[in-house]
Amino acid sequence: MIEVRNLDKSFGKLVVLRDISCHIALQEVVCVIGPSGSGKSTFLRCLNLLEQPTAGEIFIDGVKLTDNDNTINLVRQNVGMVFQRFNLFPHKTALHNVSMGPEIVQKTPRKEAEKIANDLLVKVGLADKANVYPDQLSGGQQQRVAIARALAMQPKIMLFDEPTSALDPEMVGEVLAVMKDLAREGMTMVVVTHEMGFAREVGDRVIFMDEGRLVEEGTPEQIFGNAENERTKAFLSKIL
Amino acid sequence: MEIAINSLPQLLKGASLTVTITVLSVTFGCIIGLIVGLARLSKNKLLRLLATAYVDFFRGTPLLVQILIVYFGTPILLQDAQGFLVDNYGMPQLISNYAMPRLVAAVIACSLNSGAYIAEIFRAGVQSIERGQMEAARSLGMSPRQAMRHVILPQAFKRVIPPLGNEFIALMKDTSLLSVIGIIELTKSGMLIVAWSYEAFAIYLTVAFIYLVMTFTLSRVVDYLERRLKTSD
Ligand SMILES: Nc1ncnc2c1ncn2[C@@H]1O[C@H](COP(=O)(O)OP(=O)(O)OP(=O)(O)O)[C@@H](O)[C@H]1O
Ligand SMILES: [Mg+2]
Repeated sequence: MIEVRNLDKSFGKLVVLRDISCHIALQEVVCVIGPSGSGKSTFLRCLNLLEQPTAGEIFIDGVKLTDNDNTINLVRQNVGMVFQRFNLFPHKTALHNVSMGPEIVQKTPRKEAEKIANDLLVKVGLADKANVYPDQLSGGQQQRVAIARALAMQPKIMLFDEPTSALDPEMVGEVLAVMKDLAREGMTMVVVTHEMGFAREVGDRVIFMDEGRLVEEGTPEQIFGNAENERTKAFLSKIL
Repeated sequence: MEIAINSLPQLLKGASLTVTITVLSVTFGCIIGLIVGLARLSKNKLLRLLATAYVDFFRGTPLLVQILIVYFGTPILLQDAQGFLVDNYGMPQLISNYAMPRLVAAVIACSLNSGAYIAEIFRAGVQSIERGQMEAARSLGMSPRQAMRHVILPQAFKRVIPPLGNEFIALMKDTSLLSVIGIIELTKSGMLIVAWSYEAFAIYLTVAFIYLVMTFTLSRVVDYLERRLKTSD
């Protein structure tokens, strides 16, 4: 589903990703963990070309990502992204936040797009908030709308960049619950997260990154139970 | 006092010309400003350079000089200036087949000038929208153009209303400079009345008062719009 080969990324002189290669299979849920500044977000953002890789290749569903505008827009329709800070459109209601993608990008007729949006709001448990603007929603509700917004494009892959770390603790559960549902339905997911419970329960695989390198990967049991790499162990001992 | 009241109709006629020129110029200025402002944010280097040069020129030179250039310069550029003539108001008039009607020259000069300021207002407005908005729009597969049109600009427009209002007010006052090309707007109307009545103080005070009423009304309207737009999101 996703094939990454020798990915490098630098910002000017700052090298952020070094020689990352990995493969993510259809319906797999991969959790990415690692210290702050290790390049997790940058890695995720390379997967839908919000960042241009400096070197290396990425294939999504067999299509090679290039900086060609048409490929970018096409690939992004297949790859949904959920941000740490939600990034909902403040000038649109919850419903229109969700219906906007299909309507503008896929030219779905308005009525139909709103129907899709409504169904998705039901799915994330926010049917009653359809006509509410984002600033009247709690953080957890906003993030669920953001998930619905990404799902409206019927992506094959969902990327999550610390989707719960901007939330008050009591709201983390409702967002994780929606993500678990998605995983159960067979969505291919890459999740940058500090929620080790989620990684353990839902993740098929955990990737540990440090200083721009993919240091270690394995099943949650392997990584959390008996990590081999010293840096992985040091990191886990700090957060567990 | 009496002279002020008696000359009021004439002054108000001037004021209405001031308003007309200002409204037209700000309208064209908004169109120019949107195009130039977006060009300044473009990926295309040449476009950016041209837009920056435009803004630098019109913000870096006096409006008075710009008015003179547009009015007197265009026929000269077209190599058709045949001499000057002094008109009834003591204003130099160009003799040329291409001599622009004064009013057209006035609106062109003011539009070009306010276009530069409005370009900066739009640019700042667009740049004030959090980066995450563009990223969220792009991650849905929107093209840069679609993201700009449906996500960034609608939010930016709300934020630029107060500075646009200020620009409107500033331009309204600056149109008094148009008296140099013989446009009988509010200030010039006052000058003409003073020329025969010698009541400079009373007349100019009245002129100032009329400007004040106009700018005050305008700033209230802007306040109202700002408040209404705030509650609508
Ligand atoms: N646009 C950018 N320009 C310059 N440097 C950047 C940019 N984006 C990220 N970086 C740098 O790249 C490095 C990795 O950042 P990244 O956000 O990928 O880390 P992260 O693992 O997601 O960290 P965190 O857990 O804090 O979110 C950091 O040193 C950061 O300062
Ligand atoms: Mg990050």
